[in-house]
Amino acid sequence: MPEKTMTLEVFRYQPDEEEHPRYQNYEVPYREDWVVLDALNHIKDEIDGTLSYRWSCRMGVCGSCGMMVNGDPKLTCATFLRDYYPSAIRVEPLNYFPVIRDLIINMEDFLHKLDDVQAWLIPKQEKTVEEGEYLQSPAELAHFKQFSMCINCMLCYAACPVYGHSQEFLGPAAIALAQRYNLDSRDGAAESRADVIFQDVGIWECTFVGDCSRVCPKNVDPAGAIQQAKVTHTKQFMKELLAPWGNR
Amino acid sequence: MAKSNEPLFWSLFSAGGVVAAFFVPVTLILTGVAVPAGWIKEDDLLLLVRHPLARVYLFVLISLPLFHWAHRFRYVAADLGLKVLGVALPIVCYGAAILGTALAAYVLARL
Repeated sequence: MPEKTMTLEVFRYQPDEEEHPRYQNYEVPYREDWVVLDALNHIKDEIDGTLSYRWSCRMGVCGSCGMMVNGDPKLTCATFLRDYYPSAIRVEPLNYFPVIRDLIINMEDFLHKLDDVQAWLIPKQEKTVEEGEYLQSPAELAHFKQFSMCINCMLCYAACPVYGHSQEFLGPAAIALAQRYNLDSRDGAAESRADVIFQDVGIWECTFVGDCSRVCPKNVDPAGAIQQAKVTHTKQFMKELLAPWGNR
Repeated sequence: MAKSNEPLFWSLFSAGGVVAAFFVPVTLILTGVAVPAGWIKEDDLLLLVRHPLARVYLFVLISLPLFHWAHRFRYVAADLGLKVLGVALPIVCYGAAILGTALAAYVLARL
C-alpha cells in the first residue's frame, strides 16, 4: 500500500534576497503520531535543508516553535497532523513580528518589553544567605502560580489584534509576567512596574478581545492578568482622586 | 512615563456593566411585561416614577449604561481600525454618553 502523505504549504522568505514572501509546498509522510514540527524536521532533513525555523525541546516547554498553523498561533510541537489530515496545512511565521528568515521571527520587541516590566523577582528587602530563605505559603503561591507558567512563546502576541494595530502595546505575556511578580509576596517592585504597565500603551491599550488566553498553550490567562491590573490601577486612581492627601 | 487617565472611563464602564446586568432586566420586566399584562397599573407606575428616589434610580439606569456602551463601542471601533481617528473617537463616544446623560436629567427633572 502506498504511504499516506499530506501537503505542507510553508511560508518562505529571505528579506535580504527576495522582495516578497512565497509559499512552497512539500509532500510529507502522514503519520498519526506526527506533529507539525516532525513534518518540518522531515522537510529539513530529507527534502529541503534550506528551510529555517526555531525549535528545541519538542515537548511544549521551551516555547521556541510557535508558528501560525492554518492562521492560528500554535506550538508546532503540540499540533498533530491528524487534526488536519487529509487537508493541506499552511505554516507561517507568527503574526505581527518582522521575519528574519522563513519561519523565524525577530523577537527583539518582546525581549525589550520583558525588560521594561522588570519580569524578575525584586525582593522587598535583600537578605543575606545567613538570614535564610524568602518563605512563602501555598496560598501566597496560588496568587500568581498560573502566570508563572508562561513560556514566552509569544503565541498571545500573534493572536492579539491590538498588538497587530500597534506594536507599542506592551502586550499580553509581558503584562501577565509583570502581574506574576506583582502578586508574589516576596516581591516589592510593583510600584516601579506600575509606571510601565499603567500607561496608555500598557494595560489600557487592551480592548479585551481575550484571544491571548484562548491560544495560550500553558493555560495562562493573560487577559485575566490585564483585567486584574486594571482593577488595581483604578483603585489607586480613585484613591488619589478622592483622597489626594492620603498615603497610597 | 505618564500613567493613564483611563481608570476614570473604565470605572464608569464597569459600573454601567453592573447596572445594565442587574437593573435593566428588572426594569424591562416592570415596564415591558408587568404593565402590559395588567399586574401593575400604568398610573401607579407613573406615580412611582415621580418619586425623587425613583428618578435618581432612572438617572443612574440610563446614564451609566450609556458610558458602558461608549467605552465598549470605542474599543470595538478601535479593533476595527478606527483608532486612526485619534482623540476624535473617544470624544464622539463619551460625548454621546454625556449628551444622553444630560438629556436624561432634563427629561427626569420635568416629569
